Amino acid sequence: MSPANSNSPNLPEPAHPPISPMSPGVWLKKNLFSTWYNSLLTFICLALLYWVTTSLIGWTFTQAKWSAVTDNLRLFLVGYYPERLIWRPWTALGIIVGWAGFSWGIVAQTGYLFTRSNLIVLTLMAAICVAIAPLIGVNSSIYLLGMLVLLILAAILGKQLGQSLAFLKTWLAAIWVLIFFVVLWLLLGGWLLFPVPLSGLSGLILTLLIAVVSIVLSFPLGVLLALGRQSKLPAIHWLATIYIELIRGLPLIGILFMAQIMLPLVLPSDVLIDQVWRAIAGYTLFTAAYLAENVRGGLQSVPKGQTEAAKALGLSSPLLMILIILPQALRAVIPTIVGQFISLFKDTSLLIIVSLVDLLGVSQSILANPKYVGRAAEIYLFIGLIYWIFCYSMSLASRKLEKQ
Amino acid sequence: MANAKIPWWHNQRVIDIVWQIVVISVVFAVFIVLGNNLVNNFQQQNIGFGFDFLSSKAAFDISDRLINFQPRDPNSKAILVGLLNSLRVMVVGIILATLIGVTVGIGRLSGNWLLRQIATVYVEILRNTPLLLQLFFWYSAVFLNLPRVNQPLVLPGAIYLSNRGISIPWPVATTSTWLALGLICGSVILTMIVMRRRTEMIEQSGSAAPIFQIVLIGIAIATIFALVWGLDWQQPQLDPQAGSILGGLNFSPELATLLLGLSFYTAAYIAEVVRAGIQSVNQGQWEAARALGLKPSLVMQLVVFPQALRVMIPSLTGEYLNLAKNSSLAIAIGYSDIYAIANTIFNNTGRSVEMLLIVMVAYLIINLVIAVVMNWLNTRVQLPER
Repeated sequence: MSPANSNSPNLPEPAHPPISPMSPGVWLKKNLFSTWYNSLLTFICLALLYWVTTSLIGWTFTQAKWSAVTDNLRLFLVGYYPERLIWRPWTALGIIVGWAGFSWGIVAQTGYLFTRSNLIVLTLMAAICVAIAPLIGVNSSIYLLGMLVLLILAAILGKQLGQSLAFLKTWLAAIWVLIFFVVLWLLLGGWLLFPVPLSGLSGLILTLLIAVVSIVLSFPLGVLLALGRQSKLPAIHWLATIYIELIRGLPLIGILFMAQIMLPLVLPSDVLIDQVWRAIAGYTLFTAAYLAENVRGGLQSVPKGQTEAAKALGLSSPLLMILIILPQALRAVIPTIVGQFISLFKDTSLLIIVSLVDLLGVSQSILANPKYVGRAAEIYLFIGLIYWIFCYSMSLASRKLEKQ
Repeated sequence: MANAKIPWWHNQRVIDIVWQIVVISVVFAVFIVLGNNLVNNFQQQNIGFGFDFLSSKAAFDISDRLINFQPRDPNSKAILVGLLNSLRVMVVGIILATLIGVTVGIGRLSGNWLLRQIATVYVEILRNTPLLLQLFFWYSAVFLNLPRVNQPLVLPGAIYLSNRGISIPWPVATTSTWLALGLICGSVILTMIVMRRRTEMIEQSGSAAPIFQIVLIGIAIATIFALVWGLDWQQPQLDPQAGSILGGLNFSPELATLLLGLSFYTAAYIAEVVRAGIQSVNQGQWEAARALGLKPSLVMQLVVFPQALRVMIPSLTGEYLNLAKNSSLAIAIGYSDIYAIANTIFNNTGRSVEMLLIVMVAYLIINLVIAVVMNWLNTRVQLPER
């Protein structure tokens, strides 16, 4: 037995082939000019890039009139929320930011809080907060900076506390639900606070509110539908399947229309539902069907042995579902659920068709103002940026979750 | 003996049946209550139920249409016009989105770093903003800002851009066009037969007679001649007096917005499907194909792409269905698709339930057709398993 052939455990791990550092010239040759058509492609791309950048920069600084955006920043974000009650959205934002930082600190128990990329992002955010001071006023800028400091402090606190108090991690989700109701109370008032009607909300607040409420409501419905479709009982299986396929076959506007026009018709005539709640009902019914399909994928991914083992332990069917199958199934589909939330967030722009004033609706009403006529490109680019920041950060987060 | 000991409320079979009866009766009860409310509300508002309004006069005009339509035509014909408009958007949109999407998807895997980055930026921007916003952007920031119709922007190939839409050259329906079309169809069929014969020959003897290549080149030349000169191309032309562009195929700004917006948006998703499909093919397949001495283009065509297609088709089906459903956003920019027309008829007649049923059935049938076609394609490309 030669020593080279033996599989002795104390042999060193085979080393990876060394990655030789590439000089810029070699990198360029390899990535941009490897063949003649690759070089041609590079030049075409460069020409395209040059044309797009120069025309975009030229338009941004000479032709575009950004006053249409800067004059109405408030309108985009909080819509027509009463000005003297503006502290309430601020407080709500503060609570969300604080708890988000705290959760971040608790979740990041093992790693470092302030890696280089995190520090870069935080510095960038601080720089933006300072830079937009002339547009939104010094006060708002200071508030935003305060939010950032709150985020960091809460994260540090969360990390310290999370080490000593392990139970905090299990309560995170529950407290998020509590915060959801607190924020709702802050925004809408009632009980000690001056009430703001639901139909008085507009702008980004309305967009976020409808997206979050709809996803929260559609989640249990979606899980039930997925379980129904997986059920061995034919009646339940077929009812769930018909519902899911029917809804998935229809365009979302059709369902929103149904919720706006049909819901009042099928309810007793003395029951009046607010337009916003009707829209939420439409989004919930729609998203639940898609969520059910996502959850079904998760249910199918749980190995059969889990069911058998749980049954062997004597768990009853409901307990088996709640304790064994669902936690594993839901964990497997978190990325697709985030994807669903992203598309729901984008779909809230359809609110404008049922004449609710969401982020896109605010932009339409600004464009209807003769002062800003013809400024469509500026406004659409701006709200496009807002949508993009939200959606892209969510998809980045879900990609990170997927890797873990 | 064992059965006798189990009380009926512990018998799984009984429990199952009871559960189903409970669920069905709850659903039934909900439907009865809702239906009852509906009937009550209808009686209070004096609305009846029935489809007789379909034969009454539409009394509105539709500017975008494929068949002749006048305001005195019945509502049912208006719905047909809308359906055809919807189908036009869906079919052209699916073709355009596939072309753009495959290009961008391959671009995302290109060896060229710059191209890869541009494709990634395209996908990330288009996928992370709402489609409706993109449609609004195309419509009011692009198409309505194009030059006036009497000074149109002319792109090479006689493509006219103006705020009245896009005009492109299009063959006129003359005898010559029909003859050329017949010729092109014939040559496509002939090519398929020749290619099959050639493959058979390669499989049997290892090489094909050169005559096949000559025949194929001949067919290609004939087809190009038929395309360029045989078809009776009509160039769009500016008529300065009438202030309009005559001839060619004209897309109204609404239709052009919808087509471009839908295609670019869906293409971003299709690009991701294509990328994932190609990446799902095992690296060993590339290496083995190259080791066999296949040229890079043949590696893609014969080895990688057929395998990627198997992974891609189910997701592609989903994207096509999304495009079909998203085409209903036409109402937001004023293109008369079936949903927009149904909405107009509902506003005129107040028949919500009936119009909703019609729209639902139309979309379900369209979805079914797309799903059936794609499933047929799917079974064609799957590995035959024994």
